[in-house]
Amino acid sequence: MSRSTSPVFRYVGQAILYALFGAFVIYFSSSPTYRHLDDDQGLLRLSFRHPGKVATDCRKRTPEELAKLPPQLRTEMECERERSPVKVRVELDGTVLFDRVYEPAGLRRDGASSGYFRMPIPVGEHEIRVQFNDDVRVEGFNHEGARRVDVRPGQVVLIDFVEDQGGVVIR
Amino acid sequence: MPVPDFAVPATPAGRAGLAGGGIVAVDELRAVRTRAAGAVRAIERAFDRVFGIAANPLRQLGGVAFDLFWLIAATGAFLYVFYDTRADGAYASVQGVTDGAVFGGAFVRSLHRYASDALVVVVVAHLVREWAYGRYRGFRWFSWLSGVPTPWLILAAGGTGFWLVWDSVGLFVATMVAEWFGALPGFDPALVRNFLDADAVSDRLFSLLIFLHIGVSLALLLAMWLHVKRLTRPRTNASRAVLLGTLVTLSAISLLASAPLPPPADPSQVGGALALDWFYLAPLAAVDAISPLAVWAAAGALTLLGAAAPWLSRRARARAPAARVDAEHCNGCERCFADCPFAAIEMAPHPSGRGRIAVVDADRCASCGICAGACPSSTPFRSDAHLTTGIDLPDLGVGLLRDALASALGAHAGVAPIVVFGCAHAAGAGTEDDLVPIALPCAAMLPPSFVEYALRLGARGVAVVACPGDDCEYRFGSRWVAQRLAGEREPRLRAAAQRERLRFVEAAHEDLIALQAQLARFRHDLDALDRLQPAQASAKVPQVSTESSHVTVH
Repeated sequence: MSRSTSPVFRYVGQAILYALFGAFVIYFSSSPTYRHLDDDQGLLRLSFRHPGKVATDCRKRTPEELAKLPPQLRTEMECERERSPVKVRVELDGTVLFDRVYEPAGLRRDGASSGYFRMPIPVGEHEIRVQFNDDVRVEGFNHEGARRVDVRPGQVVLIDFVEDQGGVVIR
Repeated sequence: MPVPDFAVPATPAGRAGLAGGGIVAVDELRAVRTRAAGAVRAIERAFDRVFGIAANPLRQLGGVAFDLFWLIAATGAFLYVFYDTRADGAYASVQGVTDGAVFGGAFVRSLHRYASDALVVVVVAHLVREWAYGRYRGFRWFSWLSGVPTPWLILAAGGTGFWLVWDSVGLFVATMVAEWFGALPGFDPALVRNFLDADAVSDRLFSLLIFLHIGVSLALLLAMWLHVKRLTRPRTNASRAVLLGTLVTLSAISLLASAPLPPPADPSQVGGALALDWFYLAPLAAVDAISPLAVWAAAGALTLLGAAAPWLSRRARARAPAARVDAEHCNGCERCFADCPFAAIEMAPHPSGRGRIAVVDADRCASCGICAGACPSSTPFRSDAHLTTGIDLPDLGVGLLRDALASALGAHAGVAPIVVFGCAHAAGAGTEDDLVPIALPCAAMLPPSFVEYALRLGARGVAVVACPGDDCEYRFGSRWVAQRLAGEREPRLRAAAQRERLRFVEAAHEDLIALQAQLARFRHDLDALDRLQPAQASAKVPQVSTESSHVTVH
């Protein structure tokens, strides 16, 4: 029981409604713009995947212990598989930004530790100091890197840990 | 005046006589939904005035979504031809398409993008509309539940599409998706390191992304197929007018405003304003601005709520009994099989060994009675004291309808009345003294022979009130009853029937005044007719039983 309307009203109305739909699609397909960072910020990113040192030292099995094992498993040294957690501390201009321990992956804790963290930092010159500890037998930290960076707006400062490149990498 | 009540409240659940949810939250949600339904209907009515019912895009959102999918697939196939899956070639290839190295490339890319955006709009509107109208529970549970994953699949397909371009937005998508998944237990939290350095991005990544982009789109198509699987003649295309309007609109905006191409991805630089596509990337902006776990929580809660919606209230769980087949009276004619809008009827070998018999899938049955209206044995002129038809509703059978009609007309005093057979979802007939309103679950439950029967019992006219065609609660009810009364569909109203004493009216629930006007006009026409041809006497009233505890008189 729709009321009859004039063809002109209908065609103009349809054009307007389709145009509004098109405008809605156009606008929200790229507007409003999203700002990942403020204009006066850069981004500090920490990302690493690193297996810590084996948590316990290997020990020599006694002859009695060896005798109890199946012949194919009679290796002289017994080494636990569990790895050390990786402890990370990041300082910016002497202030601790981040201090966290990453547990090793896996049910038997024998996998690599992985970590990711990001934080906006103000643009300008900064002293960044990064410390890692990947061995439970070591007090404090056993890897360290520091770098003075001039952070530009939107610039990403990436912190990684690459053992082959000497440990802490800041770039 | 006495008005027979065929005991048909507006919903099947209501027919079962069960109270609603019982908890305040459910009641409040129902109130919100009722208000939303009113708003949706008002907008739809306004669009009806502009587009006409048949070309109203809001009434065919599902069909529009299917059309958009195919448009996206076609334009995507074109873009795929020119796409370079090397890490250092992906952006350049898209830039080539956009900058005119490929004839029509910018237009096709924009069409691909805007059609994808329109798909989100249409699917969300479809979801809101069906929810507002309460079309997510009871026999519709499967269609609703199978629709729940589709928004996520659309977002996943779109998200990988933005990633493929490998511009600054693509890099944002890559890092945010990695952060989002990295927050889940079992995923590597440093997943994102694969995109933090240009050297870490390999050629294989883009081959994988293409595979994902196409694979997720195919999964979406599968979900859409499942979504309409329980419908007879599902509407998987928009009408020609709506398709044309949509294509013209999308083409026009593609020509007027080409989809932007931001600068290439540079993992060492993430600042500046990002031109995000909010239809697809709003969740990733929330990952960045709020937290990955908060977005997981919101997404999980929405999905669970959506999946559980069909069973959240007692009212939703209550269902009217499904139609039943009487083997003795079913001759296997297949009319109910053809007319059931929800594919709830199948044909099987008849237990007697002769011919076939209709079999009802109770889980799919809407208890609308359209099948009973289609059954050739649903004729009130049969002499059986207790009318039994081949297929019928257990609690609202055609036999009861005959009893109710006879009882009401028998009890009616004064001038011969007009019998108004009305759909319970359409406008109510009112309480004028000369009206005998009889409510049906759907107007198509009315076997056409009841028109002649009512006239034979002494009615001066018969009005059949159905919902406007595309508003039919049971999809095809209005269309089927209109065609049956017009003699275009089985079971047909006999050619010898007094059609001048029949009025078929389409009036939505809120069209009360319009219905009254139509009935007044019908009354006037009948007056004119009676002056020429005296009203039918009820001399030939068949002997029927009017015993029924279900028939109540107000």
